[in-house]
Amino acid sequence: MSIDWIELIIVVVKALIVAFGLLIGFAYLTWFERRLVGRFQMRIGPNRVGPAGLLQPVADALKMFFKEDFVPGQADKPLFIMAPGIAMSAVLISFAVVPVGPSIRLFGREITLYLADVNVGMLVVIAVLSLGVYGIILGGWASNNKYSLLGGLRGAAQVISYELPYGLSLVGVFMLAGSLSLKDIVEAQARVPFIVLQPLAAIVFFFAAVAEANRSPFDLVEAENELVAGYHTEYSSIKFALYFMAEYISMIVASALMVTLFLGGWQGPFLPGIVWFFIKLVFMLFVFVWIRATWPRIRYDRLMAWSWKLLVPLSVANILVTAGALVLRDMGVF
Amino acid sequence: MSLTQAVFILLGGMAVLGALGMVTLRNLFHSALAMILALFSIAGIYVLLEAEFLAVVQVLVYVGAIAMLILFGIMLTRDIVGRASAVRNRQWPLALAVSAGLLAVLAVALVRAAWPLATYAPAQGGVADLGLALMGPYALPFEVASVLLLVAMVGALIIAREARE
Repeated sequence: MSIDWIELIIVVVKALIVAFGLLIGFAYLTWFERRLVGRFQMRIGPNRVGPAGLLQPVADALKMFFKEDFVPGQADKPLFIMAPGIAMSAVLISFAVVPVGPSIRLFGREITLYLADVNVGMLVVIAVLSLGVYGIILGGWASNNKYSLLGGLRGAAQVISYELPYGLSLVGVFMLAGSLSLKDIVEAQARVPFIVLQPLAAIVFFFAAVAEANRSPFDLVEAENELVAGYHTEYSSIKFALYFMAEYISMIVASALMVTLFLGGWQGPFLPGIVWFFIKLVFMLFVFVWIRATWPRIRYDRLMAWSWKLLVPLSVANILVTAGALVLRDMGVF
Repeated sequence: MSLTQAVFILLGGMAVLGALGMVTLRNLFHSALAMILALFSIAGIYVLLEAEFLAVVQVLVYVGAIAMLILFGIMLTRDIVGRASAVRNRQWPLALAVSAGLLAVLAVALVRAAWPLATYAPAQGGVADLGLALMGPYALPFEVASVLLLVAMVGALIIAREARE
């Protein structure tokens, strides 16, 4: 088997662009969030470092690097070091199957704007994201601290509970698109984005995605007034930064998935596909920050009840209705 | 040795290592993690066999959910976290006999089997074919399996409830 070297180089370059893009995206997402939350709370937000505070993320990164990297004496050292890496790599990998635009022609070659088009695409994303919780549970356990352990336990319970509506809400989308590949799902939305056909699924998926990313109002994993800082209480310096990055990048991934699955992906009039993708992505990120700035954290039993008693039945009902409508359409009723 | 073989040996080695670690490590939490390594390597072997769907479901169900529940159980059980537990107990001769018997049966089956190659190409598309099979010829076993799971779940709930009163 001969290897197509140019093809290999293209894949490596695309992987590097995705990885660095997500890291830069993380840095400026923190700036975006702090500026926006500042406005929401009638203050200004960081605006001193560079024009409009644009160099603030750089300053923060430098500060993080020079902090002492501390490992507690009683911690399980290998696991303690491994855990933030697991959290980080899981979210980075999950972006690989998201198409950010239609394929483009460059130097006479067809270049696709995604890393991999797996025919079980969306399932890969769900599986990889479910690995991310190992970062939380291992970090919580390895720290040998009761607050960390409680945070880790909460994380595990929350992610398992919300994985169910997360996956179930997408079944309707899969049925409409007739495929699990994200590329096919985007192409199936050429005429109508799925948010119009599957509004319930979009809402359920969005809530589940916010919970999976451990974002407010579902951030009980790190509820600071109960658990100090939850699973990352004992983490400092760059290991803490890795956890922080994992949370923000999973927010980017969740927004990208919302765009791809429900908002028609890169499709839109006039502007090129990749620009549309970014406009929609920034809009979804704004919604994430908006929710964080306006909703208080919900109580833990409510969190569980929400998933099991509300979101799961709703998504099952959505599957039934979608399947019924599809059968009626095939019979020619409408 | 082709690349595929090298990857298979690597994955198989990881799976065996994980399985060994699971039964020999003294810390229960670490043995659960070793089991996750074994399950994960098996998912890798499924990818090697071009069974993408099976691989993803292996990760999703076994690594992402079942192993997570086991870790959850260990962390919730009092006085188990961090304590080194004994690797052997008094029943080890019995366990040895049972495992040796199982090994013998499997070894005989492995050596005697003819291992015929399929004469037709494997189904393409995977997910769609699997769905049609589950809704068509295998609908009854599929439904019976789900009833079994429901019974198990209700049973677990009843046991947990009685213990509380």
